[in-house]
Amino acid sequence: MSLLGNLLSRRGKSEIGPLEYHRRLWLRVTVALTLIFLYMPILTLIAFSFNDSKRNVVWRGFTFKYYEKAMNNSELIEAFVNSLTIAFVSTIVSVILGALTAYVLWRFRFPFRAAYEGAMALPVVIPEICMGVALMVFFLRTGFNTGGWVWPFNLSAITIAHIAFSFPFAAIVIRARLESFNTELSESAKDLGASEYQVFKDIIVPHMKPGLIAGALLAFTLSLDDFVITFFTSGPNTLTFPVKIYSMVRFSVTPEVNAASTILIVITVIITALALRLQNRNNMLQAG
Amino acid sequence: MDNWRKSPGAFWASFIPPTLWLLAFFLAPLSLIWAFSFGVKTGITEIDITWTFQQYARALEPLYLSIFAKSLWMAGVTTFICLIVAFPVAIAIVFAPPKARMWLLLLVILPFWTNLLIRTYALIAVLRTRGHVNFTLEWVWENANGFLIFIGLGNFNLIGERFEPLALLYNNTAVVVGLVYVALPFMVLPLYAALDRLDRSFIEASLDLGAGHIRTFWSVVVPLALPGIASGIVITFIPTLGSYLTPDLLGGTDSQMIANVIERQFKSANDWPFGAALSFLLMYATFFGLALRALLTKREGMGDRV
Repeated sequence: MSLLGNLLSRRGKSEIGPLEYHRRLWLRVTVALTLIFLYMPILTLIAFSFNDSKRNVVWRGFTFKYYEKAMNNSELIEAFVNSLTIAFVSTIVSVILGALTAYVLWRFRFPFRAAYEGAMALPVVIPEICMGVALMVFFLRTGFNTGGWVWPFNLSAITIAHIAFSFPFAAIVIRARLESFNTELSESAKDLGASEYQVFKDIIVPHMKPGLIAGALLAFTLSLDDFVITFFTSGPNTLTFPVKIYSMVRFSVTPEVNAASTILIVITVIITALALRLQNRNNMLQAG
Repeated sequence: MDNWRKSPGAFWASFIPPTLWLLAFFLAPLSLIWAFSFGVKTGITEIDITWTFQQYARALEPLYLSIFAKSLWMAGVTTFICLIVAFPVAIAIVFAPPKARMWLLLLVILPFWTNLLIRTYALIAVLRTRGHVNFTLEWVWENANGFLIFIGLGNFNLIGERFEPLALLYNNTAVVVGLVYVALPFMVLPLYAALDRLDRSFIEASLDLGAGHIRTFWSVVVPLALPGIASGIVITFIPTLGSYLTPDLLGGTDSQMIANVIERQFKSANDWPFGAALSFLLMYATFFGLALRALLTKREGMGDRV
């Protein structure tokens, strides 16, 4: 509250300069209201996951019981494990494919390069629903029905779909990192007799590393957050976390869903914080 | 940049894996439904690709045309509200001291990383009939009523006999609120980028020469930030137009958007050719928007050189 008061007050300060728009009251009020609009729902969701009441509106005291309940919901746990598995595999493959894409586009000149670059950007820009239905039809028509396979292979179709939309994102992040590479390094290595593969493995990949990590974190959150494409590519027997939450949400608003959502929010916030931290360190290294 | 012929081994080794993946699991599925969009359904699962435009013609029927129009309208209203809200926020961020600026930007971006489904669910909890907004309103009503009784006006039912919860969910307004909630960061970021590049001495000059803040805003800031505004409009409008989850969860029976109709064709209605045609219409709309944006940013690049 004092923060908000501080934000809104102009006491004890000199007169507002012509360009000090951020100190004008109405702008501060707009910013505060916007942030309240953005955060209020999420924060109430988190707060009410600890609320000791089924009706979920009135505060009746602090409890962990809905976390316990969520933990004992075997379907929820299964969905959670499935989603983490998908995210994990998808991240590894996406980073490898993304790194190769970034490398090709960064290093080589080849025919139809611009068209190739455009095609690689397509998964980033087309509406999720279009990609979702296309993959659903594709898996059904090619008979690639992995839903009946043994775990974890029953997740293959979803994982493949996640890789298809994640690796172009990873490629963008990794390519941005490659731009700062000093090509004299690889040239001198080659002069000194290193093979292409050695240059890639010992010079380019180490330079890419922060980009690889940032790309991995991005791919992981993308996979964990995706609902639409998972919804279309998962068979009736495959449970994933967003799809499970979706069916619970359709049913009713319960503190159990709040608890499960809070867990997912905490995981994504931690991963995002890590990514931002890494990026910051990167920028500082580049600046220094 | 090297010519690929200089080291073909390295080129093919890094070119083939991602290209194969893109071809097999992205371009092939898209081509498949592209082909289906020119077909007709002949059985429960059989589709004859006859290269007819029949499905696209069906999309022009009044029912579907009105859904297209409605989607465009909802996305337009959402984009407009986002623009109005995001502009002051972007201005405040740009002119804030560096440290505060970083935190404000982070605060605006952070919701991006929260699961869309969870954010939508959070909105449901706030807006539903027994939700937090109505609960707060009821509390206000009870206190106001108590006050009226206290001052002796209790018998006149001045503010209604009972508290009537507002129907905030399952209608078009709820969908627009949800879309704004999701899309707002998309608008703030390009506006911030455009305003950050803007040369402040222009604003100073305008203020020095006697123009007020409002005049300066319309005659100096807006024209100079125009490419950023256009970019923000496009990248807010496109994902909003194709959104599926928000109208699905927050909307009522009459607030469906294109994506919901597409979903129905592929699931319950089981009419793949028509769904495929609708998907491609949505995709063409997306490409049109992106081309427009590319054109506008290109012009901006030229402006920089001048």
